Amino acid sequence: MKLSTKHIIQVKDLNIGYTSKKEVKTIASNLNVELDAGNLVCLLGKNGIGKSTLLRTLTKVQPSLKGEIFINSTKLETFNFTDFAKIVSLVLTEQLPDSSLTVFELVALGRQPYTNWIGYLTTEDLGIIQSAFEKTNTKHLMNSKCFELSDGQLQKILIARALAQNTPIIVLDEPTAHLDLHHTINTFSLLKNLASEFNKTIIVSTHEINLALQLADELWLMTPNEFISGNTEELIANNSINKLFESDLISFNKTLKQFTINNS
Amino acid sequence: MVNPTKSYKNTFILLIITLFVIIIINISLGSVYIPLKQIFLSLFDGQTERESWKSIILNYRLPKAITAIIVGSGLSISGLLMQTLFRNPLAGPFVLGISSGASLGVAILILGASFLGANISAYAFTNWGLAAAAITGAFLVLSAVMLAAIKVRNTMSILIIGLMFGSLTAAVISVLAYFSSANQLQQYLFWSFGSLGNLSWKEISALTITFFVGISLVIFIIKPLNSLLLGENYAKSMGVNVKLTRNLTLISTSLLTGVITAFSGPIAFIGLAVPHLTKLLFNTSNHKILLPAVAISGAIIMLICDSIAQLPNSEYTLPINAITSLFGAPIIIWLLVRKRKVFY
Repeated sequence: MKLSTKHIIQVKDLNIGYTSKKEVKTIASNLNVELDAGNLVCLLGKNGIGKSTLLRTLTKVQPSLKGEIFINSTKLETFNFTDFAKIVSLVLTEQLPDSSLTVFELVALGRQPYTNWIGYLTTEDLGIIQSAFEKTNTKHLMNSKCFELSDGQLQKILIARALAQNTPIIVLDEPTAHLDLHHTINTFSLLKNLASEFNKTIIVSTHEINLALQLADELWLMTPNEFISGNTEELIANNSINKLFESDLISFNKTLKQFTINNS
Repeated sequence: MVNPTKSYKNTFILLIITLFVIIIINISLGSVYIPLKQIFLSLFDGQTERESWKSIILNYRLPKAITAIIVGSGLSISGLLMQTLFRNPLAGPFVLGISSGASLGVAILILGASFLGANISAYAFTNWGLAAAAITGAFLVLSAVMLAAIKVRNTMSILIIGLMFGSLTAAVISVLAYFSSANQLQQYLFWSFGSLGNLSWKEISALTITFFVGISLVIFIIKPLNSLLLGENYAKSMGVNVKLTRNLTLISTSLLTGVITAFSGPIAFIGLAVPHLTKLLFNTSNHKILLPAVAISGAIIMLICDSIAQLPNSEYTLPINAITSLFGAPIIIWLLVRKRKVFY
């Protein structure tokens, strides 16, 4: 089934969650969203609300419970592993297993969906790896071992690896969880730049609400009752942000564009 | 753009030269002294001063050296594959219970012979009988671990399951040993000491063919093994069929370990120690480099162990398994004490 080619991602009546032998555990239901290419999307929501589950479902790591996902107007299920690897790349929160891979080797692994059976890097592959280093400004790290890097450097390298995979969509699961403010801002502005300048579609789950509000083109809000998506400015204006945390303790202040503690 | 992938050409040339030197040393050592020139003459089909020398070299020492090379390479490659697949520096054919499975097969054949009846035991004690039993045992335990691996996704759990299978088979062997005659027990014990000699050319060709089948499977998983260095989720996201890779790895490991254990006994520590030594020497995780490096290093170390086991200039030959353990255990301890980061 072909849909309008305008939306790079289209989600229809999606239910996400887990199936075990005895029961189906739905984590979020009735998700509907359409996304155009070249946008930076921040996925916001409190812990345990299903952000990771949504990202895992969108990236074909786990099956959906109901509904349909279209990537580039093609149904998600119809992609094989290699084809999908040419469309969506990942940056995960999980720690890398220890190895003595060099930074170059790690970034070069991003070319795997394109290389031959033994992983030979052609001149074209090397060029793309080179530009991934340039875009992330990490060329000087090329010959270091991955275990020598700081958290901030490693995060950039992982983004460079995703860029080497040369996919129109990059999905990042809490990429700034271990970073200080400086590196967090650095990472976000890099992502923003990749979206606006290189037309990448970037989906980031994050708890950095303040940064998300300033930089994201679109927001996906996961609240206990509903899934809200839309333009950042609009969601601020119609006070949807306030639904993120339904609590008496904090509320969203429109003028300050941030959450503040309620004075009661 | 410069491809900063380091060239290991010099290290490889050095390793290969070392391998050839060690082969010559290994062949020239033994209970009978044979001059170096005569050794080359017999190897290259020349006329030796004494016919017996040629016979010793071609029918005893050369087959043993070839066996050592295949055993060393095969076990080391198995160890490397297990370490990457399970992302655990302690993984190896022994830890996963594959070697124990092979031992169980042999134990059932030798120790359980009285249950099987005399007819079978006549066949049983040929090397072929042992081979079939060991390969069957290795495959059975490995299939059990593989079945568990399908159910259990966590690689750490699979490792523990492998260890449990190892304990199980050891327990069964103990029970069998308890009810066996002294004669059978001795036979089993001698097999379990390990031995690289006593193989006919026919058996060596069977060993070699199985070895190359195992290795050719490995060559096709070099690329996915490299992406598995980032973990299964990243590997999947780069288009790797993780299940297929895992199955191919397990099949090639059981082929290599099974056939080697059958013909040479359960040889310890090589599978665990050699990959670590090679990783220290080459300082890389890239399987394109590591696989050939581990294969050559494994052969070299096995040949050295065998040369020591022969106790040069004496009539005695020590059990090869004792030598590999004497060599392997201190290395692992040394690695851990030095707190060097041990890589997968």
